[in-house]
Amino acid sequence: MPLNRRDFLKLSAAGVGGALCADAANAAQRETKQLPPDAVGMLYDSSLCIGCKACMSACKDANNMPPETPGQPTPLWDTPPETSGRTLNVIKLYQNGSAEHKDQEVDGYAFMKRHCLHCVDPSCVSVCPVSAMTKDPMTGIVEHHADRCIGCRYCVYSCPFGIPKYEYEDAFGQIQKCQFCAHLQAKGVIPACCDVCPTGASLFGTVEDLKQESQRRLQMQTDQEYEFPRGKLGGGRPGHIAKASRYLKHVYGEKELGGTQVMYMSAVSFDKLGLPTNVPDFGYPTISEGIQHTLYKWMLGPAVLLSGLVYVVHRNTRNHHDDDHSDSETSSDKGTS
Amino acid sequence: MSTHAPIGGKLFTRPFYFFLLLFMIALAILATRFIFGLGSVTNLNDGYPWGIWIVIDVMIGTAFGCAGYAVALLVYLFNRGEYHPLVRSALMAGMFGYTLAGMAVMFDLGRYWQFYTLMMPGYVQYNSVMLEVAWCVMAYIVVLWIEFLPTFLERFGLKNLRQKLSKVLFIIIALGILLPTMHQSSLGTMAVVAGHQISPLWQTQLLPPLFLISALLMGYALVPFEAILASMGLRQPMETSLLAKISGVALAVTIFYLVLRFADLLWRGALGFAFESNLDALMFWVENLLFIVPVVLLAQRSSRTNPALIFISAVSLLLAGSIYRINTYIIGYHPAAGGTWHYFPSVAEIMLTVGIFSFEVILYLIFVKTLPVLHRA
Ligand code: SF4
Ligand code: SF4
Ligand code: SF4
Repeated sequence: MPLNRRDFLKLSAAGVGGALCADAANAAQRETKQLPPDAVGMLYDSSLCIGCKACMSACKDANNMPPETPGQPTPLWDTPPETSGRTLNVIKLYQNGSAEHKDQEVDGYAFMKRHCLHCVDPSCVSVCPVSAMTKDPMTGIVEHHADRCIGCRYCVYSCPFGIPKYEYEDAFGQIQKCQFCAHLQAKGVIPACCDVCPTGASLFGTVEDLKQESQRRLQMQTDQEYEFPRGKLGGGRPGHIAKASRYLKHVYGEKELGGTQVMYMSAVSFDKLGLPTNVPDFGYPTISEGIQHTLYKWMLGPAVLLSGLVYVVHRNTRNHHDDDHSDSETSSDKGTS
Repeated sequence: MSTHAPIGGKLFTRPFYFFLLLFMIALAILATRFIFGLGSVTNLNDGYPWGIWIVIDVMIGTAFGCAGYAVALLVYLFNRGEYHPLVRSALMAGMFGYTLAGMAVMFDLGRYWQFYTLMMPGYVQYNSVMLEVAWCVMAYIVVLWIEFLPTFLERFGLKNLRQKLSKVLFIIIALGILLPTMHQSSLGTMAVVAGHQISPLWQTQLLPPLFLISALLMGYALVPFEAILASMGLRQPMETSLLAKISGVALAVTIFYLVLRFADLLWRGALGFAFESNLDALMFWVENLLFIVPVVLLAQRSSRTNPALIFISAVSLLLAGSIYRINTYIIGYHPAAGGTWHYFPSVAEIMLTVGIFSFEVILYLIFVKTLPVLHRA
């Protein structure tokens, strides 16, 4: 994928002429965004997850979210099937065949945790017209600000992971998504889901450290016992002792769509767990913003175009004798009686 | 010498009351939406956050509204004065289409009361394609009303003002060509960021030019569509020779569009998806056959003077452009959100859309009967 920018004329010529199609427009792609300096993140290790859902309940508590009881006449307990306007975090189950063996694709099962991935180059931030989605320049946390959101739901439409959700049943509904417990982190507390996770399947830390930890896990010998950190990586809590899984030799989120600060490890392939795998190494905003910026480079393009148009129109309106805009005598009063 | 004149006649006819009734129903639906929330009347869900209120009322509504833009382009930019008799009614179609689309956005916004943040320097986010669309559309609505102003001024005999306006009108006309060029292409760019969520049959970096050209086409199609309906329904004389010419323009642009569309599909190697057996493929062919129909019907010069063929071609083009937009944003959209999601508009959603179009018809009837809009040879 060529990343170099070519000039405005070339793109518009190609775009309008259509001769060069897809590749020409790639010339307009903007640079990919880089990981912020103090990026914090999460490593979710599907093989360590025991499906206890303690993180779901802690998430609801920490963020004051109501329980969700779909299809139950009497609400007994919180059972959301997906993230929604009432649920920021959900543990899902992959099952196949007899579903006997953990972390096995065939006749097995595996857990998966879904919430915002805090993309390095987030679509939701790129599309929001009023900066109601922001990415912290230091920590990289992607936050939502309902007090300025207009509810256009472009973030919902464009998020490649299907994360932001709107509250349709509320006359004054708002967008909901995981904000990495930014309110807790501001007080020096780690995100609620990582805090309560008994096995360290949800592990908090800096993205740099988490990447090293994921490399350590990829070196592990399958079925040997190891210690896995819990809560915050390097936070000093006693670890969790478990056997290393048959890890896929890939950490999801290191490259996908320009990278994500929440990363995944698993023994079951990621598409089976619901993550898009057939995706480029750059975020989609590099293309959409690239096209937009190139075409309207600092509004210069439109300004030049406008002055050209004004000139042509001015010349042409003068030439019209029967013109609507330059001759009023003939057209007034005739049929008004 | 040509003139424009109101056609007069009774305003409160049966059709008028019929459309008024549809409009009243829409108002009731709106009240429900604002009291109980979007979920109470729409089938929008966590997988499909955008439904027909966005895609039909706004995207297709403004594309229909490109009549003014399309004709202005011919008349002013390419200096084809012979199309001039069509300008007023085309402008009016644009004015209604855009004004109502602008209103429809407000019904769909989940937090409409914070709409003002779109204009606040501290909040606006210049990378957002939607911001540009919002600004351009708002500006263009104003431009359209100013462009149409001479018609009001004539009606009320304000010649002085009318002449003063004429002197600066050329800037407005230029803006009236620039703004739609920008936002109609950006309505295509808006889908680019959805990436893999939109089928390769529609997801392409050529979305901006394809949306722009198809919007122009819909504009050119709306002119004969409206003219022929008016001549039948309101017993107006028909400008057959002009309609023949504009059909010729539409034909050329359609061919260009189709070449670009299929060249892009071939280039990206995406045409294979058109031969799978699923809804995407079916809708792809419906869409593109509707683009091909006018090419076949209007290929011969002689057929371009046949009002029936012109009319069928125009309807076909309007449908084609509409389905192209629905396909891109709804049918071809396969949400990344977990779970299986479906979207088909609710009765209330459809009735609101019908109500908005009815309102346009009501306005049209009022305007052509009382203002000098339609052209008299
Ligand atoms: S996962 Fe979606 S909501 Fe979260 S940062 Fe990325 S684009 Fe935004
Ligand atoms: S719904 Fe709100 S947060 Fe999402 S893109 Fe629109 S204004 Fe921004
Ligand atoms: S980081 Fe906080 S908001 Fe996000 S899933 Fe974990 S507990 Fe929920």
